[in-house]
Amino acid sequence: MIEQEIRTPAPRTGDRERRRTRMLAVGGGIFIALILLRLITGESDITSSGTMGATLALAVPIGMAALGGMWSERSGVVNIGLEGMMTFGTWGAAFASYFSGNPWLGLLGGIVAGAVGGLLHAVATVTFGVDHIVSGVALNILAPGVTRYLSDLLFTDEKGGGATQSPPLPSFPTWSVPGVGKPLGSLEKHHWILISDLAGLVRGVLTNLSPITLLGILLVPVSYYLLWHTAFGLRLRSCGENPVAAESLGVKVYRMKYSAVVISGALAGIGGVFLAMVASSNYQEGQVNGRGYIGLAAMIFGNWRPGMVAGGAGLFGYTDALQLRGGAGAVHAMLLLIGIGLLALAVWRGYRRRVVAAAVSAVVGAGVLVWFFLTDALPREIVTYSPHITTLLVLAFAAQRLRMPAADGMRYRRGGGH
Amino acid sequence: MIHRLFARSWTRTLVAAFVALVFSIAITSIVLSISGFNPPSTFQAMFEFGKEPDSIVNTLNKAAGYYLSALAVAVGFRMNLFNIGVDGQYRLAAMLAAAAGGAWSLPPVLHQLVIIIVAVLVGGLWAAVPALLKVTRGVSEVISTIMLNFIATGIIAYLLNPGRLAVQLGPNNIGTKTISRSGRVPGTPFPGTDLKLYSLLVIAILAGIGFWFMINRTRFGFDLRATGLSQSAAVASGVDARRMVVMAMVISGAIAGLIGMPQLLGESYTYSLNFPTGIGLTGIGIALLGRNGPVGIAFASLLWAFLDVSSQILDFNDIPKEIVAITQAAVLLSVVVVYEVVSRVGQRIDQRHVAAQLGEVAA
Repeated sequence: MIEQEIRTPAPRTGDRERRRTRMLAVGGGIFIALILLRLITGESDITSSGTMGATLALAVPIGMAALGGMWSERSGVVNIGLEGMMTFGTWGAAFASYFSGNPWLGLLGGIVAGAVGGLLHAVATVTFGVDHIVSGVALNILAPGVTRYLSDLLFTDEKGGGATQSPPLPSFPTWSVPGVGKPLGSLEKHHWILISDLAGLVRGVLTNLSPITLLGILLVPVSYYLLWHTAFGLRLRSCGENPVAAESLGVKVYRMKYSAVVISGALAGIGGVFLAMVASSNYQEGQVNGRGYIGLAAMIFGNWRPGMVAGGAGLFGYTDALQLRGGAGAVHAMLLLIGIGLLALAVWRGYRRRVVAAAVSAVVGAGVLVWFFLTDALPREIVTYSPHITTLLVLAFAAQRLRMPAADGMRYRRGGGH
Repeated sequence: MIHRLFARSWTRTLVAAFVALVFSIAITSIVLSISGFNPPSTFQAMFEFGKEPDSIVNTLNKAAGYYLSALAVAVGFRMNLFNIGVDGQYRLAAMLAAAAGGAWSLPPVLHQLVIIIVAVLVGGLWAAVPALLKVTRGVSEVISTIMLNFIATGIIAYLLNPGRLAVQLGPNNIGTKTISRSGRVPGTPFPGTDLKLYSLLVIAILAGIGFWFMINRTRFGFDLRATGLSQSAAVASGVDARRMVVMAMVISGAIAGLIGMPQLLGESYTYSLNFPTGIGLTGIGIALLGRNGPVGIAFASLLWAFLDVSSQILDFNDIPKEIVAITQAAVLLSVVVVYEVVSRVGQRIDQRHVAAQLGEVAA
């Protein structure tokens, strides 16, 4: 994130069109590869509606963290404190929804709690010029302590509550697109190639939706519009590229950075609301479990752009869904895909005359394939952490043609540029 | 006058630490008052309990792990390298070292040495993974070390199974095979209590001295500090930045490997489900609090351990002992802010002083 290889692509007309086509092609290609994998290995959970629904659900908190990271870093503030802000969000959601009995107030509580975390980060980094990572780490240490104390104080006397968890919370209604569930469900049961897989995808994505999921999906285009098509967004991004130049043009840099980091915290808070009220029925300590950091990885994978960031969140959500639903067998099947993918990457790199990189990919790919053919299942204890392993592999093997905001993570003092 | 007082960096550090401490006590008092408790009597209860011999021994023993952990973190911090993975490194190292120590029986001294060497090697190797990912693939060490913490948890859960590296220790506990008497380090008695000090507290002290020597008296330490102050200047003067990243990370991981040793060889003798976790994350806070210096970290880890131990009494008074987590976090957050402010004020005073002197010469 701090020292990724930076190559500035020359802006061209039609760039956006091409990016959109490429994203669709990549998405379609991955889906077809998954269908083939299901046929070869017989693990039907690879494309089942359950897995697809769970993917969407698990992608939401990661995506909210990733989007939050993007907002903050677009203004030039690295936000490693997302994890802590999500923790605040889970607690805020529990507090507000339990004591009011209204889930919507829980959403508000989570947003406010996350935004307060963002505000703290902004005060430390923008006003006082503390190193962004130091402040973020401090926030991540602060959050569990504060929530533990407050839970002990407020939840222990309630029925089902305690120092490490809240009582059961009111839940959101769930919505389904009418007339989709039944016919697609029967279609899916036939395991027809492509048709059943598509049915699984559509059914998983269109039924039993929580309002927070919809909100999360909606926030991706909204973020894109605000950041790339409004004056506010342009000013905000200019602070992340060159704050001194922005200042000379009359942009209130501190105000922009404050807004960005507080919005970032609010988005992380929504992720927390989802974890406490949709993914489970109460607040539990440690519920965030590294998702804030995985969100940052999704943001890097997505090259600090909303569409790709959402794609990254989907990828990590899918691996999480697969390990939860399909278990050791389905993740084992993934080894085949990873192995073949790495070999293909090796051929491509060989073609581009990058011998060392090609050799590394080939060796690792062959190793993964050998592993796949020699074993029947992966150890359950390790499969649990497949999203984290995926994060590491994706960052290590994904093309590094990334461009982060030019002044990301840099200290900026008002009037310091002369 | 003020200039002379502010000229030395340690006075600045001291001022910052003092202000932060006052500030965090104020925050804690406010939180306590709002929650309906009496701050002075709370602090008094903690202090009374904390100065009992039992508590002193527990504090010192706890501080040993914290100190090593913060040192490990500080090696990286000195060159703006964020090793958040100390937690995974020390747990994996302690588990594998405990397994090795339980499996092999060797003569005394050699046995302990082998266990410690295994721990140092495992810690260093596990830390080499994010270092190599950073220098070859440009992967941010912050993210990779955090992911490796989770993966280490998975690996430990996998290996700590009966039939692999673990044996049943009790009805509800499994752990590695207990290390025999030849591999243990007997504790040191302390007046007024039956509890014993870990004799391997010595390791922490030696590591602190070694850390000071490495940072201040070796070429490596000079390069490390230079890289931390300005990477481009260091590279321009011939420092190999990639080599520095790998070496700093491996040294950090090796020190992390030591964290579990006083506890393992002095009390537990096995890596079980009860082995303390999370010391690596606490170490980050303590390193920040101690300004990444060996002496500052020593005070910070003692303070942190004292708060941990003395807060145990609060539950008896019906005060949630998590209040100290708020104190700790407030200390941490305020110290980074206060230090930033103090160093800026110091700079301004320096500038004014230099300007005044130049003015005198010109006149």
